[in-house]
Parts: sequence; structure tokens; C-alpha cells
Amino acid sequence: MTEVDKQALLQFLLRMGDNTLILGHRVSEWCGHSPVLEEDIALANTALDLIGQTQLWLGYAAEVQGMGKTADDIAFLRDAWDFRNVLLVEMPNGDFGQTLMRQFLFDAWHSIMLGRLMKSSDKTVAEIAEKASKEVAYHLERSADTVVGLGDGTEESHRRMQAALDYLWPYVGEMFESDDVDDAMAAAGISVDPASLREEYDALVGKILSDATLTTPESRFAHKGGRTGYMHTEHLGHLLATMQWLPRAYPGCQW
Amino acid sequence: MAQPSVDQVWEWLDAVPDPEIPVISLVDLGIIRGVNWEDDQLIVTVTPTYSGCPATGIINLDIETALREKGIEKLELRRQLSPAWTTDWLSEKGRARLEEYGIAPPQPAGGPERCPRCGGTHLEKLSQFGSTPCKAQWRCKDCLEPFDYFKCI
Repeated sequence: MTEVDKQALLQFLLRMGDNTLILGHRVSEWCGHSPVLEEDIALANTALDLIGQTQLWLGYAAEVQGMGKTADDIAFLRDAWDFRNVLLVEMPNGDFGQTLMRQFLFDAWHSIMLGRLMKSSDKTVAEIAEKASKEVAYHLERSADTVVGLGDGTEESHRRMQAALDYLWPYVGEMFESDDVDDAMAAAGISVDPASLREEYDALVGKILSDATLTTPESRFAHKGGRTGYMHTEHLGHLLATMQWLPRAYPGCQW
Repeated sequence: MAQPSVDQVWEWLDAVPDPEIPVISLVDLGIIRGVNWEDDQLIVTVTPTYSGCPATGIINLDIETALREKGIEKLELRRQLSPAWTTDWLSEKGRARLEEYGIAPPQPAGGPERCPRCGGTHLEKLSQFGSTPCKAQWRCKDCLEPFDYFKCI
């Protein structure tokens, strides 16, 4: 593999792994705070799956990088501007409805993306996608059910879900952005052009939001800057301050 | 010591309990994907159930401890992601033991066949997730008891 391709592959793996890392951490913030015990357990389980997938993606990123680092080094010893996750996953939890709406909007993209990556020309990428897609199918089933349940629920739950959708919708478009990294990955058959996922995404999300009696905002305006690292929201730094505190305060600590 | 046969090693591994559900063995769970000798080194290939399952680390430690106790000195554990673990790999023995233990075994239909306590068939799902990544929570409407269901993946 040429140096250019290797750098592109590394960026691609960071994007996949940072998405699951940051969302996994966000969802884990609910642990012990959910409205009911069953939801607490469900959120913790979802977070666990995402962190597990992170270990696979960032573990492979560390291998490709070839500097003797581990998945933990990549997760805990980089700063906000080094992260390559989409802005959607770093958005605050808000209320339970907003958390589940964010989860649904991401799960729908994630499940379609992993389906494509299972056919990747890179064997490790294909294997990670095969493993992760089974877990994500389950996440999507649950988040879609909850979006429908709350959207088509009481007046209060409907109002909150519509507000969550209106708030998060401008962060959806970034998942379908393409740049040189995507071009290189698509040309090598490792990944696909994210823009090619949009039609399937709109059909899937449109169906669920319609069942949820929610109105999809018309604007296609998209906040960007997460997956390129150009400009994250102010929320990411606060998240990292919590997530990275221990290994930074006690370098090399083990237990 | 003479090199133990592969069958012998499988038998030893079938005595290593799953750390979360100790009534079934690691072999019952279907996560041991291969046992081979490469010269004088024993290779045990293991696949994770769920990618983030915290039991994975304990499982590797338990395999190593069990085989060292049997006198295996040169041992390597290999992780295999593909083909991804499926509950189709649970043994018949394992499925029966799960049910005796109060966990409904996985069904292709996506939900439990009957209540593992009273055998009732009027069931409802409480949550898609349960006390470990591999389980969901259900309730029997006949005996009113909640129970774990081993998710089918």
C-alpha cells in the first residue's frame, strides 16, 4: 500500500472509531440516570457495544499507523482537533427523547454503512463490519421503536421528539459528505462514497419518522467540520475532559 | 509430558464455565472456534460474543489458567472475528442447561418459545437488553415472573 493510501486508510479508520467512541461515551453518561431501569440497562448495553467496536476500529488504526500505539493511546491521548467523528455524535444528550433521536439518526446511517463495509476489499475492515453490523441492527431496531413510541405517544412526548429532530437534523448532512479520503477509500474498494448512502437513508428514516407522526425538516443545511477535524462543536472538549481525565492525570496507570 | 490430543483439549475446555452464565461451558457457548497444534505450541482460536462484552478478557484468562493447570506450557490464544459469532453455535446441551437455569434459549423467531419457569406461552418483552449483552428481558403473563432470554443473533 502506498503512503498516501495508508494515510487515507488511517483517516477512514479514525472516522469510524471516533464516531463509536464519542457516541459510546455520550450514551454511557446515562448510566444510573435513565427514566426506568430497563432503559438504563439498554443504554449501557448500547454504549458497551459501541466501545467494543471502537476497540476494533482504533486497534486497527493503531496497527496501520505503525507507531507502536494502542487503541487506548488513540482514544485518550489525542486532543479535540485530532478527533474525526461527525458532529452529530458529540451533541449533548438533552432529554431521553433527544438521546434516542440522536441514536436513531446515527444508527440508521451506521447500519447502512456497515452493510457496505462488509464487502470491503480490506479483510480486517470487512470482518469488523460483519461483527458490528449484527449489534447495530439491534440498536436500530430499538432506537426506531422508541422514536415511534415517543413520537406517536403523548402530546408532551411528541412535542419533545419533534424538538429533538429539529435540533439534530442540521447535523445529519455531515454523514454524507465526501472528501479526498473518501475518494481514495472508494477507489481502493475499502469503503464507499458516503453520498451514495443518502437515498437509502432518507427512505429508511422517512418511513420511521412518518410512523412517529414527526415532520422531517425541509432544510438540507448541514453543520460540518467534525469528520475533517476542521471545527468541532464546543461540546467535544467538555466530553474529552471527563473521558480522558484519568489516563492524563495518571499517565501509564494500570489496574 | 506427551502432547495431549486435540480431542482431549476440547474436553478440558468443555469443563471451563462461562464466567457470566456458569451453567454452560465455553464450548457450549460456541466461542471456541479451533484447537490446533502448531509444532509444540497449542493454538486456541476464540471469537467474541459481542465486541464490547467485558467477559471476553476473563474468558481468555480462564482458558489460559485451565490449560496451564493441565500442563500446557506453550499456548497462544487467537482472536477470530469472522465468521461472526451466532447463537446457532450454542450446543444442544448448552441450550437445555440455559433453560434449566432460568434463561430461555434463543429461537429463530426472535423471542422465547416458553417461560423457563412455568412453561407458559403468554409472554411479553420488557426490554431488548438485559443483564449482559447477550440477553433480553421478558416476562411470563401466566406466572407473572420476569426472566432472561438469550438473544438470537
